[in-house]
Amino acid sequence: MNEIGTFDIIGPNMIGPSSSHTAGALRIAFIAGKMVEQPVKVHFILYGSFARTYRGHGTDRALVGGILGYHPDDERIRDSFRYAREAGLRISFEENVTDKDIYPNTVDVFLTGKNGEKMTVRGESIGGGNAVITRLNDVEVELTGNYSTLVVEHADKKGTLAFMTTVLSAYDLNIASMRLYRESRGKVAYAVIEVDNKINEGVISAMKGFEAVRNVIMVPAVELS
Amino acid sequence: MNFTNGAQLLEYCETENKTISEAMFARETEFLEQPAERTRERMARAWSIMQAAAQRPMTEELVSMGGMIGGESKKLHDLRTEGKSICGDVVSKAVAYAVGVLEVNASMGLIVAAPTAGSSGVIPGVLCALKEQYGFTDEQICQALFNAAAIGYLVTRNATTAGAEGGCQAEVGSASAMAASAAVELFGGTPAQCLDAASFAMINILGLVCDPIGGLVENPCQGRNAMGASNALVAAEMALAGIHCITPIDETIGVVYAVGRSIPSELRETSLGGMATAKTACEVCAACAAKRRQDAEEAEEKKKGWFNRDNEAFKPF
Repeated sequence: MNEIGTFDIIGPNMIGPSSSHTAGALRIAFIAGKMVEQPVKVHFILYGSFARTYRGHGTDRALVGGILGYHPDDERIRDSFRYAREAGLRISFEENVTDKDIYPNTVDVFLTGKNGEKMTVRGESIGGGNAVITRLNDVEVELTGNYSTLVVEHADKKGTLAFMTTVLSAYDLNIASMRLYRESRGKVAYAVIEVDNKINEGVISAMKGFEAVRNVIMVPAVELS
Repeated sequence: MNFTNGAQLLEYCETENKTISEAMFARETEFLEQPAERTRERMARAWSIMQAAAQRPMTEELVSMGGMIGGESKKLHDLRTEGKSICGDVVSKAVAYAVGVLEVNASMGLIVAAPTAGSSGVIPGVLCALKEQYGFTDEQICQALFNAAAIGYLVTRNATTAGAEGGCQAEVGSASAMAASAAVELFGGTPAQCLDAASFAMINILGLVCDPIGGLVENPCQGRNAMGASNALVAAEMALAGIHCITPIDETIGVVYAVGRSIPSELRETSLGGMATAKTACEVCAACAAKRRQDAEEAEEKKKGWFNRDNEAFKPF
């Protein structure tokens, strides 16, 4: 269990009105927004309580703010739609109130990047401004954004893990956690690597040096406080 | 230095001759290994956000997302400055600042969740009033916030501060206990008196349900923040007078948790009971009001083609 600190109680500093419906939603979109290069189009599907109350909680504005890379205490969140328009980001929302066996504060984020690359991300807002990414495309994962994180998409081939740890060690990155997820044997797999230090761009190109590696995504830690 | 319940906290304070805020600061820097300087800076930032949020509604007209609240803080300040306050300066200010922070929160302004966004008005309400009225310095208030954090930590660790789990008593109740304890320390009370004040505050709100109209943090949340602030002052006054609470804080927290579990789910943030289902509340339902207002705003934007909701042609991929 993570120890509760002073600023878990006196904090987070956040744009209201709700830590789960505003700050937590932003966190999901912040992480999702890093999954493609410069998102130009984003579609959100909201579930459960998100679907029922998202406008009054500003969940939609927070989600857009997250895509734009804002932190939870950024006062631009309230006007994020306008900033999205200025940034050339197209956004759309859809409510799903029919799926019941899904965590109440869940959102699916469909992203299209400037080069046409696509990615679907599912996130759950789990309270207190915290969130967890539970799905990348069709692969179930677990990613919190509490640490600097590398997401490595790779073919499910032998030797990939050994290669990745060698790169991390060469760049002097201390691994906080490392998990591997795959759709099924021999298909697409994701490595989610949380590290203590900031990640430098060199790591990404080094990672791409292995033929099984298809894509490397860097997600900076989301600052909460 | 670590503590996990009130008994350990009190024992540390009494044997080491420390205040509760000093104990919490020691826990943060020693046990959690946070740099002392950075810890003080973070608290100073939190306090500056709290003050800004409390002051904002006096100079700015804020419109909440749900359209149910806005302007209440100014009305309360006006009543007092016109010399018509029933409560007197301290309580009047605490209440006015507390409802003001809720206005800021509900209009997507910057606040400090302390311990939650829904109860974010209580602590700034009490501390801004005390600063103004008795001339405490920002350093003293920041120190007192570590005391408040200690109480919030005890409740979070041993019960809950989430309305969905424990009702409003867990949310505004915790905030009120935190503010009460901090106020006692500011006035030179002992650690034992601080914990008594925290207990009184929670016991006075025991059983309060969480029933937000339209599921939004507006009404009745705003009024309950005002109540939480005034209740904190009452609890602090009782403890400072030397009135001893019959239960130690750990038992009080246990009772809050047990009562929270026995509140039916309809009355724990689901908006299926309480004020959320009152006939007139439904008619002005914040969620519906928000939808109507935003629909009008967005109709214009849709014409420009960059923005859309629920449009098949706009679906992904």
